[in-house]
Amino acid sequence: MSDTEAISFRLPPRSSQIPTPPERPQRKLVEVTIDGGAVTVPEGATILDACRAAHKDIPTLCYLDTLTPINVCRVCVVELEGARVLVPACSRKAETGMVIHTDSPRVHTSRKVVLELLASSVDLSTADDLQQRLREYGADPQRFGSLAGIATVHQPVKIDNDLYVRDYSKCVLCYKCVEACGTDAQNTFAIAVAGRGFHAHISTELDVPLPESACVYCGNCIAVCPTGALMAKPEFELRQAGEWAPERQTATDTICPYCGVGCTLTVHVQDERIIKVMSPLDNDVTRGNLCVKGRFGFEYVHPERLSPAEDRNSER
Amino acid sequence: MACSCVFVLGSSFLTLVRTGSLLDLHIIGAEPAPEERAAVDGLLGPPESGWLGGARNIDRDGRVSRTGLDEVTDRRDLLLPAFHAVQDRIGWVSRGALNYICRRLIVPPAEAWGVLTFYHLFNTEPEPPVVAHVCDDIACRLKGAEALVCSAEQIVGSGGASASAKASARLAEAREAFPRERRRSAPPGGLVKRSPCLGQCDRPVAALIIGAGEKPTATTLVNVASANEIALALANVRSGAASAPPSTGPAHVVGSKILRRIGHVDPRSLDSYRAHGGYLALARALDVGPRAVIDEVTASNLLGRGGAAFPTGRKWDAVARERATPHFLVCNADESEPGTFKDRVLLEEDPFATVEAMSIAGFACGCSRGFIYLRGEYPLARERVQQAIDSAHAAGLLGDRILGSQFSFDIEIRRGAGAYICGEETALFNSLEGRRGEPRSKPPFPAEVGLFGKPTVVNNVETLVNVLDIVLEGGAEWAKVGTRQSTGTRLFCVSGHVARAGLYELPFGQTVGELLELAGGVADGRRLQGILLGGAAGTFVGPDALSLKLTFEDVRAAGATLGSGVVMVFDETADLGDTLLRIAKFMEDESCGQCVPCRVGTVRQVEILQRLVRQTFGGAKAPPLQEGAVRSGGTLVPPSRPASTVPDRVRDLALLTELGQAMRDASICGLGQTASSAVETAIARLRVFRHDPRVNGEQE
Repeated sequence: MSDTEAISFRLPPRSSQIPTPPERPQRKLVEVTIDGGAVTVPEGATILDACRAAHKDIPTLCYLDTLTPINVCRVCVVELEGARVLVPACSRKAETGMVIHTDSPRVHTSRKVVLELLASSVDLSTADDLQQRLREYGADPQRFGSLAGIATVHQPVKIDNDLYVRDYSKCVLCYKCVEACGTDAQNTFAIAVAGRGFHAHISTELDVPLPESACVYCGNCIAVCPTGALMAKPEFELRQAGEWAPERQTATDTICPYCGVGCTLTVHVQDERIIKVMSPLDNDVTRGNLCVKGRFGFEYVHPERLSPAEDRNSER
Repeated sequence: MACSCVFVLGSSFLTLVRTGSLLDLHIIGAEPAPEERAAVDGLLGPPESGWLGGARNIDRDGRVSRTGLDEVTDRRDLLLPAFHAVQDRIGWVSRGALNYICRRLIVPPAEAWGVLTFYHLFNTEPEPPVVAHVCDDIACRLKGAEALVCSAEQIVGSGGASASAKASARLAEAREAFPRERRRSAPPGGLVKRSPCLGQCDRPVAALIIGAGEKPTATTLVNVASANEIALALANVRSGAASAPPSTGPAHVVGSKILRRIGHVDPRSLDSYRAHGGYLALARALDVGPRAVIDEVTASNLLGRGGAAFPTGRKWDAVARERATPHFLVCNADESEPGTFKDRVLLEEDPFATVEAMSIAGFACGCSRGFIYLRGEYPLARERVQQAIDSAHAAGLLGDRILGSQFSFDIEIRRGAGAYICGEETALFNSLEGRRGEPRSKPPFPAEVGLFGKPTVVNNVETLVNVLDIVLEGGAEWAKVGTRQSTGTRLFCVSGHVARAGLYELPFGQTVGELLELAGGVADGRRLQGILLGGAAGTFVGPDALSLKLTFEDVRAAGATLGSGVVMVFDETADLGDTLLRIAKFMEDESCGQCVPCRVGTVRQVEILQRLVRQTFGGAKAPPLQEGAVRSGGTLVPPSRPASTVPDRVRDLALLTELGQAMRDASICGLGQTASSAVETAIARLRVFRHDPRVNGEQE
């Protein structure tokens, strides 16, 4: 074809049928045995999915439906027949023929010790779910010695910005905030795990304060934190003042007023004041994530924000 | 892959958005010093544009830059080499250097900081250019390393002592609400640091002298008897005088199979290696083809010598059959198991053997690139292996179309940086990829998803070297040595209280007693108290184990492990409480910190052991480790507590057992799973905390 030759282009004739998407190939099924009962799940499902399908209660800590499973907390371990050690339910794929025990003595011991190790080194006072699990497994963290005499991650609270507070005395190092700041949600990479072993901790580069880091204050790390180590400032201040009162709180879903994306916001209110803004994890638009405006841009709702204008009005 | 890279110049920082694998990169503040820039450019070449840290050229760089990224410039795997370059040149990595490296390699600074602080050989604060890393680990402790280190620290000065103390300080700092002002210049003089096992257990006490500068030096001192030797070596390196003599062959190398060339072959000469039968195996492999090589290795029933004892043939076969490409080969030379020095000897004294064996493995498994992940503390091995690779290249034994065949293969050395955990294969992959050395969960196994997500074959040095004879002799013939299940020979690293510590090669099936006899028996005719088999992750056995046959199956049946071939002997005078504490402390220091049972469990294990040692051997004996004090809120609290609050011994022993079970069952990788093994077996088999007569007449 020469360069000068005209290119003719004609639209294909319109089909008389409404097009339908191609049929999805049927997902293969795998059958596993959980605590003696057979469970069938689609191929690719995890043991945790299978356990949930079988209505087994498996504790999780570092797992979240919206994040990549990294199986670091080890509270979801189950016993897989034929395996040398326990396996993490959250990340191990179910395979046909697996025989799984979710509450054998080995499983119970491991979960209990793991919970005790956490409770003996981390302040879990605002981690209600974990407290509940500690009671459920009869965990006794004091076995490892009185808290004053053993190594803990206790440290001062980091307050370096107006929007949220980092209290790493409460950090169980579940990596969720790092995942949310990274490829699982925000792609900002302002925080990562630094150091090694018991000294491993969540950190910006050189531990610089957040305003000197790459943080964009989306607050998606707060949304996934399971222990309250990361907390929106209003909640932190109310708790500090001893005025935190869940029984006086309401949660209302609304749509973010800022841009056209239309994120669903769940606005938590106590005593006529917004204390935090979240988004439902199962929301198609947000998957629980928000930006700085949706998460923190609510101060205009509060009446005192109007006071300068009121002042002007009164001057007139 | 449609990847583009969009740069936007912000007011105070550079923002880089990488679409495809979305990356929003903010690099703020500090610029590199000229020497730092030179060190990085020495590795990576000059920067290609202003966006990557070069001088900004408006015409060329414009305001927006789009480049294919993932395929062309994703070089994150060079993060560790870049840190090494700066560390070697300056002695520490500053924020300016970190920023520059991040810009060059397109890595977020927070992630790079996480990687930098993971490895103990990298410093994040100025340090003197010359540092002595003195081994205070189990074998050297038996020869008085503790006293020697203390006196060296007094003569020379200690900058926070051990790597873990440095980490503690860093953590304490992180735990201040805001970081304090960082030190801007290095304190004068040299520095003495404590080091985990340096792999010189046959010649204790060992020290590694590292000098940073334009011509970085690293020398290993062995048989150090006094702190003055260390001070002298530091002064020599500082003044640029002749550095300390490099270590030579070990005191005793006994073996006739894979060790047969050692001491006879010139490790620097390819001709010498060929004169000793070198490169016949590769020629034969190229002749018979990859499938036949794998069949011979499978027929030989060669089991991995790194510790896990996995059948090598099965591993090779699995990788060779994988359809995803490319395939990678990794030689695991991150030998860090306390008490182990076999791979170091092989690499230092017979480096061509490993290079040739890697070529064969690469040929068999369809790999075109191989990496040697070499322990950072092995400078001589690095020098010798690099020389061997270069010579092999020059002779057409590496590179394109090896020996005229269709097979092309290259080998690259990558240096570790002080992390025992990187000997775990998946942690090693992460480290090679420029990430924190945290193990991945398996499955998927490396044969399927390994280095850079591709099928990867990983073998230990000793395993690979065995392949040479298998290819030459044929698998079935080779397997006639040893027992039916444990074929061939095995290298044993004998150290501790024996007359002739050294490296011994024995056919599988000899007994522990026969091995000790070969090594001259317990030194000075003293009584044997116990033997540590397999290193810090291994198990203790008592004197009754002298008749134990050294095979995988017999040792396993006896509830022990061969591990990496460590046989460390403790006579009646050895203070096993001190040894156990050091092993537990090692595990605490080396835990990557990823999973809870290992991260916190190893700390609790040390605390419980400290209590047990105090209770068993009385308060007169201070906890032997420098960091005997426990941390609380970032400050040091003396370990002494009123006797009434101390839980009793029986409860602590039971707690140790339960903790051990949870760590074994619930940890992600082998480190956590074996972190309590030596401690538990010593307590059960050697009754360490049970019959000391000084214990208040307690009966158990």
